Amino acid sequence: MSADHPALDPREAARPRVRIRVTVNGTAREIDVAPMQRLLDVLRNDLHLTGTKEGCGEGECGACSVLLAGRPVNSCLVPAVHADGQEITTIEGLAQHGAMHAVQKAFVKAGSAQCGICTPGMVVTAAWLVDSHKGQAVPEPEIRAHLAGNLCRCTGYGQIVEAVVDALQQQATEG
Amino acid sequence: MNRPLSSNPTSRDLHRIDVDDSPVDASGVVGSRHGRIDSLELLTGVGKYTDDLTLPRMLHCKILRSPHAHARIVSIDSSAAEGLTGVHAVITGADMPVRYGVIPWTQDEYPLALGKVRYIGDAVAAVAAVSEEVAKAALALIAVKYEVLPAIIDPREALTRKDVLIHEDNKHGNISKQVTLAFGDVDAALAGAELVIESDYEFHGATHGAIEPHCAMGHVDGKGLLTVWSTTQVPHYLLRELGRVLDRPSHSIRVIQPPVGGAFGGKSEPFDLEFCVAKLADLTGRPVKCLYTREEVFFAHRGRHPFSMHYKTGFDREGRIVAVDGKSLLDGGAYSSFGLVTTYYSGQLLGSPYVFPAYRFDSTRVYTNKPCCGPKRGHGSVQPRFAIEVQLDKAATVLGIDPIELRRRNFIGENSQTIGGFHVGSSGFLQCLSEVERASGWRHKRGNLPKGRGLGIAGSTYISGTNYCIYPTELPQSAVQICLDRSGRVRVFVGTSEIGQGSNTVVATLAADELGVELDDVRVLAADSDLTPVDLGAYSSRGTLMAGNACLAATRELAAKLREVIAKTWDCPPGDVGLAHRKAFRHSDLTVWMPIQEAFILAESQLGTLGAVGSYKTPTENVHGDYRGGTIGASPAYSFTAHVAEVEVDEETGEVTVLSIWCAHDCGLALSPTLVEGQIEGSTYMGAAEALMEHHRVLPSGLRSDGQKRETGPGVDGLLAASSLLDYRMPTSMDVPDLIALIVERPDPRGPRGAKEAGEGPLHSSIPAIANAVYDAVGVRIDDLPITPEKVLAALKRKAEVG
Repeated sequence: MSADHPALDPREAARPRVRIRVTVNGTAREIDVAPMQRLLDVLRNDLHLTGTKEGCGEGECGACSVLLAGRPVNSCLVPAVHADGQEITTIEGLAQHGAMHAVQKAFVKAGSAQCGICTPGMVVTAAWLVDSHKGQAVPEPEIRAHLAGNLCRCTGYGQIVEAVVDALQQQATEG
Repeated sequence: MNRPLSSNPTSRDLHRIDVDDSPVDASGVVGSRHGRIDSLELLTGVGKYTDDLTLPRMLHCKILRSPHAHARIVSIDSSAAEGLTGVHAVITGADMPVRYGVIPWTQDEYPLALGKVRYIGDAVAAVAAVSEEVAKAALALIAVKYEVLPAIIDPREALTRKDVLIHEDNKHGNISKQVTLAFGDVDAALAGAELVIESDYEFHGATHGAIEPHCAMGHVDGKGLLTVWSTTQVPHYLLRELGRVLDRPSHSIRVIQPPVGGAFGGKSEPFDLEFCVAKLADLTGRPVKCLYTREEVFFAHRGRHPFSMHYKTGFDREGRIVAVDGKSLLDGGAYSSFGLVTTYYSGQLLGSPYVFPAYRFDSTRVYTNKPCCGPKRGHGSVQPRFAIEVQLDKAATVLGIDPIELRRRNFIGENSQTIGGFHVGSSGFLQCLSEVERASGWRHKRGNLPKGRGLGIAGSTYISGTNYCIYPTELPQSAVQICLDRSGRVRVFVGTSEIGQGSNTVVATLAADELGVELDDVRVLAADSDLTPVDLGAYSSRGTLMAGNACLAATRELAAKLREVIAKTWDCPPGDVGLAHRKAFRHSDLTVWMPIQEAFILAESQLGTLGAVGSYKTPTENVHGDYRGGTIGASPAYSFTAHVAEVEVDEETGEVTVLSIWCAHDCGLALSPTLVEGQIEGSTYMGAAEALMEHHRVLPSGLRSDGQKRETGPGVDGLLAASSLLDYRMPTSMDVPDLIALIVERPDPRGPRGAKEAGEGPLHSSIPAIANAVYDAVGVRIDDLPITPEKVLAALKRKAEVG
């Protein structure tokens, strides 16, 4: 192994590491992380789950949204150690048994993705919204309020909100 | 179940019908309701953007940036940084002392500053290290000695200060470009006008705000081939500039553009990071990647130029324009970028959709010590469009004419010519006006809305690509290579840049439709200079028209070969063979058909491998004016747009809420209607955001207006007021109005199946429509964008005082 492999970078090596145990997309993982390492970097660099995107690194754009213990968070603002013992769902984990989540299907149908960079974060948040409001009618302003932490620069949000409305309806009819 | 066959079907009235095993008449992929061909990758997160790529032994690059708006670099000592463990290389301006710039005539940037820095954020040095963290630590160890110079922040000051020169070797002081063009006797026409509206307009700066930050990775392989992966929207121009700056022949460079996470013009020229990763990869023998921070994206900018405009518009009694006289000062920021073009566009793109019997424009772009301005969606014409559309509204008010009617009276017409000599082919402008009038309920609402509510109208036009490349060339602007596969599938190799606008889907739609396969059967490989033919890039809304035409040329050649082979088998004329929905069939006897895969195999067995290339060259006849500058901004075909905005103004707080915007856009023919609607909505929302919220603002200068200097230095001059997404307010899902997209189709003979652009045109008139609606709501004009509550309150107060 090369002496200057990132893992052997002396600055890195000198730093204490913390072992965390997390369940990512249903799989239990043990990972050694630096104390202030961002959950986003652990997901992207250590676990190669690059579906989670970095748009701003300051918690404003939501492109890095994942579910932590069932709720959407900006993974760029979460120290990985805070995730210890928790379940994490990323965009890669939304599909179940090879079938896309209702939100993903609705996004395809409504044309809600353009450049797609906000899409994973947006879909994660929207999936949480749909899953946590099963059987409930969610008025459009409320849908918009739930999505307000995820910036999209392409669509103007119309086709996204349309997809979420559709997914909520689909889920209601499917029971 | 078989529908009558038409030899020349128009796509929109034929919809897909799935009928057992019987073939259908026309393909109907074009114009059908389909999604993007890359939907699944986007929705499941498996799509790989530039920053998602990693190579073994990859190093990370960070760039040191100037803390001064204007300073001479006295010395750079990078020895401490070079000595830091984990650092592999440090480079400075001296390592790449070649100027670059997207426009060949105005190259005034170095990849890393040489001699001088010209804005806060200008790149000074770059480090390659084992991790971003080590690279950042190394930046802190680079000692740069600066001699701070007075900075010019106000563009007006750039015109008057002779002692401060941002580019010392520039021929005209701080003027980056000046254009004056006059057509007809403007002064006489204004003197004879029934009404002259004269006003000042301020258009502020705005940035693109793509959610994906710029990113690039470079790698030099064992044979010396440099590969650069980049978030660029112009891989071809990037390749050319890499070759020039790094003194490499173009065959030793490969540029790959992975899917781009939004661009909007903000990635349409080379940036410092691409040169840095290439140079550092070369020096270290390792792959090197650089990802901008969000702050660096704000520094890189190339956003909408701030314009200070003065417009005089003369009208006759019926509201017909008799003359337009516009003067604009463009704040260019530190470098030229596309500024030469912007300066021309500021006047040349205004000549339609209204007749200007006499027209003069005088536009001056100046350098200032600020992040460089460039092209943002609707490059150069969004600002003057705001001015002219408000001018028309003011005239309508004075003359007592309905502002939609006034616009109709001024329509230039189809197959016409602007006063600047641009040929306007198809135009659905009148239909756009009627559509927004109808959909918004204009006739019954206008004048009958409750207090504080109003409706505003505006119209616009935009280019479907520019007729000429930014460098002189006789070569095609776009090319496509298509291969048919024995599996019954089609591969399209195209140089276009997918940046979210859907260019890959557009070529796939055309290819599927012409070759008789389904959209799912087409795989598009795009923007890899080793695999795909040259396309100039995703700018000036050129993709659909140019790559679309190139694609048609290739597919039609292949379709003709298929028909010929099949016709021989069936003993019928080739014209009797139809291709649709994975079938080849006889028009005259629909019981005769074969699966398209069989047709491909049959043709390959007789003709050999099935491939074709197609390319597109812009027309040479009847396009533009015959004078210096008469070609800049000329396009093969123009789109047309009209917006109606309905706003509510809170007279207590001055807050403006856009309730709904209706946008009708003539895109020639909607190849993919869902994608066109996405472009209309996205453009309209982006315009609305510029009208009300967004402002890429630099804090004022330490120089006083009398030329006296106060203290300058870091934190005093040229600091960005908003360099984060917290401070630069982009709309969330709660901040956008109801967006109603209305497609109007006036096919243009120069477009592929009649298609024109849809990506930029629908931004323009959303801004003046909102400004005009604010006037309709509360009777005050805000000619100084953005329309903030403070400005509205101040205007309301002035209005109350005047009585």
